[in-house]
Amino acid sequence: MFSGLMLNTWIAASVVAVVAGIAGFFAVLRGQTFAAHAIPNGAFAGAAGASLLGINVIWGLLVFAIGGALGIGVFGGEGRGRNARHDVITALALVVMLGLGALFVSLGSQYAEETYADLFGEVFGVSRSEVLPIVVIGFVAAVAIGVAFRPLMLTSALPEVAEARGISTRRVDVYFLLVMALATSMTVPIVGALLMFSLMIGPAAAARSVTARPGIAMSLSVVIALATVWLSIALSYQTNWPLGFFVGVIGAAFYLVGALARTVATPRPAVR
Amino acid sequence: MHYLFEPGLFSSGPVRTALLVGAIVAVTSGVIGVFTVLRGQSFAGHSLADIATTGGSGAFLVGINQFWGFLIAGVAAAAVMEAIGVQRRRGRDVATGVVLGGALGLAALFLYLGTLRTATTGASFTVLFGSIFVINPDTVPALIASGAIALLVVGALARVLLLTSVSPDLARARGVNVRLVGILYLAALAVSVSLAAVAIGAVLSTALLIGPSATALRLTKSPARAMAASALVGLAATWVGIVLAYDSYYWPPHGHTWPVSFFVVVLVLACYLLSYLRPNRRQVPRSPHEEEAECGPTTGGPETRLGTAHV
Repeated sequence: MFSGLMLNTWIAASVVAVVAGIAGFFAVLRGQTFAAHAIPNGAFAGAAGASLLGINVIWGLLVFAIGGALGIGVFGGEGRGRNARHDVITALALVVMLGLGALFVSLGSQYAEETYADLFGEVFGVSRSEVLPIVVIGFVAAVAIGVAFRPLMLTSALPEVAEARGISTRRVDVYFLLVMALATSMTVPIVGALLMFSLMIGPAAAARSVTARPGIAMSLSVVIALATVWLSIALSYQTNWPLGFFVGVIGAAFYLVGALARTVATPRPAVR
Repeated sequence: MHYLFEPGLFSSGPVRTALLVGAIVAVTSGVIGVFTVLRGQSFAGHSLADIATTGGSGAFLVGINQFWGFLIAGVAAAAVMEAIGVQRRRGRDVATGVVLGGALGLAALFLYLGTLRTATTGASFTVLFGSIFVINPDTVPALIASGAIALLVVGALARVLLLTSVSPDLARARGVNVRLVGILYLAALAVSVSLAAVAIGAVLSTALLIGPSATALRLTKSPARAMAASALVGLAATWVGIVLAYDSYYWPPHGHTWPVSFFVVVLVLACYLLSYLRPNRRQVPRSPHEEEAECGPTTGGPETRLGTAHV
C-alpha cells in the first residue's frame, strides 16, 4: 500500500485534501456550495477536451475551471445564496460545460475507463510527473486564500461592514471562485469531477456544525478532509472499488456525525 | 430544406420516438422549471438530477429500465431533502450538497460494479449524458403518463405554489399547508427531472429545467405566460437539437453523431443569452417584508416581478 507508485497517490491526495478543506470551509461559509459543485464539473469537460486535442490534461482542466469560475463570478452577480439569478447562471454554466464534455467524449477516441476516472476518480492514476504540479498549484491556492484571509472572512460574515470599509464583495467573490478553480483543476484527475465537491463540502459542513469559531472550524475541516481521503485511499486500495464512492460516502457520514453531535450538545447559533 | 432535414429523418422510428419523448420532457420541465426558478431551488433541482444518476446506474446494475431507476431515486431523494429541510434557506444548500455527494459516491460504485459485470463500457455515458435515440418505444406510454401526472399536480397547485413561493408567511396566514405543498412540488420536480434524465442525461437535465424557465421569466412577468413561453423554448431547443444531432452524422469527423444533449444545452444557453437583448424596463425594489421571508421572492431576472395581485 505504501510502495513507490502509491506514495505519489498519498502525497497528491494529502495536498488535495488540505486545499479542499480550506477552500470548502469558505465555500460553505459564503454559501457558494453550488459553484463548488459546478466548477469541478466544468473541469471534467476540460479534461475530455484536452485528451481530444492530445495536449496535457492539466491545461484543459485549468482553462475550463477558470473559464467556468469567471462565467459564474462575472455574470452571476453577488453569490450570497439569496440571489436566484446567481443560481440560474451557475446551473447554466454547469450544464454548458458538461454538454461540451459530452461532445468531447463522444468525438474523441478516449477509452471509457478514462472518462470514468475523470468523473469518479482513479487512485492509481497519479504518476511521478503529476505530483509536482499538484503540489505547486495546491501551495498557490492555499497561499492565495491565506493572503486574502481577512477580506474573505469579513465579506463572508459581515458583508455590510466589508462594503463600508471599501472592500468590494463582488471582487472578493470572483477572487474566491478563481482560487476554487485552481484548487479544483489539480484535483479532478484524482478524486474525480463529481466527487471533488463532496471533499470540499462534507468536511467543511461537519466542522462548522461542531464549532462556531472560524480558525478551529477551518483546521477541523482540513483534518476531516485528510481523514476522509486517507481512509478512502486505504479502502479503495483494499477493495478495488472506486475512490469516489468512499470519498462521497465518508464525507456524508462525517457530516451526519457532526450534525448529530450538534443536536446532542447544547444548541447555539452558528456563525453567519 | 434538404440540408436541414437529412433524408430519412421523419421515416426513422427512433427519431419519431425521440421527437415525441423530447416534447413531453420539454413541456414538463419547462412548466415545473418556472416554479424551480421562482423558488430559488435551482441547486435542489440539479441535485435531484444528479441523485437520479444513482438510480439510473443502479437500474443498469440490476438490469431494469433506467427510467424507473431515475424515478425511484429522484422521489426518494426529494423525500430526504424535504426531511433535512431543503425548504429552509439557511443551511439548505449545504444539506443538499452533502446528500448529493453521498449519492454520487453510490453512483460511482454502481457504475463500476455494472461495468465489471456486463463488460459494457458505454453505460456511464448513457446514464450521465442520455441517449434519446435508443429509447425503448415500450416505455413511451409510461413516460407520457408520468409527465401528465406531474403536470396535473403542478397545475392543480399552481396558485397555491405561487403564493408559497412568493410569500410563505402570507400563505401560512391563509391556512395553506406550506410543508405539504412543498413536498408535492418536490415530487413533481423529481418526476420531471427523471423524464429529462432519460432524454438528455441525468447531469444535463438541469438545462431543460432551468434554462427555458429562466429565459421565460426574463421575458414576461405573468407566471402563466412564463410557463407557456418556457415550454415553447424548451420544445424548440429539444426538437432543433434532435434534428441537428441527426444531421451531424454527416459533419466532421465523418461517421460520428454529435450528442443531442450538447445541442440542447447550447440552444438553451443561446435562448437565455438572447433574452438579455430585451432591455430592462425598471428595477423593482424589494419590500422589507419580502427580504425577511424564508423563501424570499427569487426571480429569474432583475425585471421580473410577482405581485400578490396575480395569486
